Amino acid sequence: MSVQGRALNARPRTLREWFAIPRVQKWFVIVTFALVPMILLLVFTYIPFGQMIDFSLYDRSYTKVRAYVGLKNYMRIFTKDDYFRAMLLSLYYMAGAMVQLVLALYFATLLSFKTRGGNIYKGLIFFPYLINGIAIGFIFKFFYTRGFVLDSVLGAFGIPLENLPYWLRDQNINNWSLVATSVWRYMGQNMVMFIGAIMSVDTSLYEAAEMDGANRWEQFKYIILPSIKTIVMLNLILSITGSLSAFEPPYVIMGGGASGTATYFIKMHQTAYVDQKVGTACAMAVVLMIIIIIFTILQKLFFRFVLKEGVDDMPKKQKKLKTVKQTTVNRR
Amino acid sequence: MTVIKNPEIQASLTTGQRAGRALAGFAKYFSLLLASFIAVLPIYSCLIVAFKTDEEYALSAPMALPKNFLDFDNFRTVWVDGSMGKAFMTSFFVVIMVVVFSVLIGSMLAYVLNRFAFPGNGLIRNLFLFATLIPGIAMQVTIYQIMNRFNLINSLFGYILLQCGTDVISIYIFLQYFENLPDSLDESAILEGCTYYGVFFKILFPLLRPAMVTVMILKGIGVYNEYYTANLYLQDKTKFVTISTALYSFTGPFGNRYNVICAGVILTMIPILLIFIFCQQAIYSGLAAGAVKG
Repeated sequence: MSVQGRALNARPRTLREWFAIPRVQKWFVIVTFALVPMILLLVFTYIPFGQMIDFSLYDRSYTKVRAYVGLKNYMRIFTKDDYFRAMLLSLYYMAGAMVQLVLALYFATLLSFKTRGGNIYKGLIFFPYLINGIAIGFIFKFFYTRGFVLDSVLGAFGIPLENLPYWLRDQNINNWSLVATSVWRYMGQNMVMFIGAIMSVDTSLYEAAEMDGANRWEQFKYIILPSIKTIVMLNLILSITGSLSAFEPPYVIMGGGASGTATYFIKMHQTAYVDQKVGTACAMAVVLMIIIIIFTILQKLFFRFVLKEGVDDMPKKQKKLKTVKQTTVNRR
Repeated sequence: MTVIKNPEIQASLTTGQRAGRALAGFAKYFSLLLASFIAVLPIYSCLIVAFKTDEEYALSAPMALPKNFLDFDNFRTVWVDGSMGKAFMTSFFVVIMVVVFSVLIGSMLAYVLNRFAFPGNGLIRNLFLFATLIPGIAMQVTIYQIMNRFNLINSLFGYILLQCGTDVISIYIFLQYFENLPDSLDESAILEGCTYYGVFFKILFPLLRPAMVTVMILKGIGVYNEYYTANLYLQDKTKFVTISTALYSFTGPFGNRYNVICAGVILTMIPILLIFIFCQQAIYSGLAAGAVKG
């Protein structure tokens, strides 16, 4: 770092006088520091974004444009069964996300009170979040296979194998099995974020509540929940949008979305690379983005109008970050 | 969070209340133990299978312990035949490059956005903010065309560049951190004759260390685990394998040899586990910051 620092500092020695003008120097810094990230943002986000919208109006493969079809690609997503089914499949993951949030809230509350070995529990429950998605796919393929891990453990609790379903083959169950995997993976992450939020609640509030004879449930309901509802909402939205993008574990476990487990994302991948319907795949991506934007706007409206008073209760850190985003700097 | 137990309150509890507390305590530890058990069980099952020979794997019960915990044959197989050794080298190289580059450009951009008012400041912030709403992987169809045009398919450099380019969270973390660094630092340095470059590289950059650690860990783990674009842009698997693509390729040759696949899975987890053990706090606090990106 120091090498680079020196190299950049060497510059004013040759152009010292000109460079000494603060305004010149300021613009020099702005351009040199912002250029690379802006180019990357343009090339890898906004240009492909524009192209994506453009492509979505054509019937095309990777190399060949067949015809301009207007909004037909979009119509197709909402009318053809297999596309629409993939979208409905997200409902499973959303239901899973609800369960995941409730569990995360429960464990975060437990761990916020004095707990023996609390950090160990926290670490164990959180760790799955860091594991490679492909690895998780393999782990759970092994876990759910008939007669393997899950069946053996349930067998040890006295449930005979004949009474157990085929976790991955039975179409009534396999999506729930996959959703459970997703809960296993992300619950700890939600929990850690909730713990962070609960930590910022003033300790004296609990003492006062305990003084007044409030039990744990009352403490949760009247002290903890009101002060962290913002971050709970935020996590809810993130889980919902995340559930549309579930990819790796179901992809690996089911070998690419067999037996009716192709999530929206897997379907999009197949449309683009297997069926080579690039136009339709782009339309799917646009639809996904619109859904995400709708949820984000709903979230903003919810914060503004429903949680009006909740903004003041936001954990300190989040509050600060929000101001970072919103304030236009007015310094030099 | 420690709730200070007031002795007066404790004394005033009736027996019924005390029994209730004991029951609540039991329920608490029971549920925590159960959750930890569920979190660990799938990993544990994978770990024990990784030490079984082919024959043992075929004959023994899935949850039976392996005969020999020092039998590293499966690990050797994935390291050499499954090219995990090569994959680790590639992944580590990519992670280091991306992390260094991300820290540099992220902190530089955050410095400019935080310390200078200029027309376009708000626009740049909004462009980055809006970019978080666009699902990155969904755009790969068109990004692929761009990568193709620049000849960046099957190029490690292209992959690294792409990983840096889609980075928004690190900019937020740095922006947030700059808010806490007082302007007086800059001003006194300028009075002493520093240029803005000097202010950034000599004064502020070293102070960013905590934010850097957070960005490096979160970004590093993300890149290390990344599969989708690695698979898409590093197509020549004989030349470029990352941890994820190497692992995914096990569906082929080792399809039924779960003992070998599990050895691969366990191997990929080791670096993550080490980082987790040593940098727990940085990961937890980084998550809180990254959460607000949406």
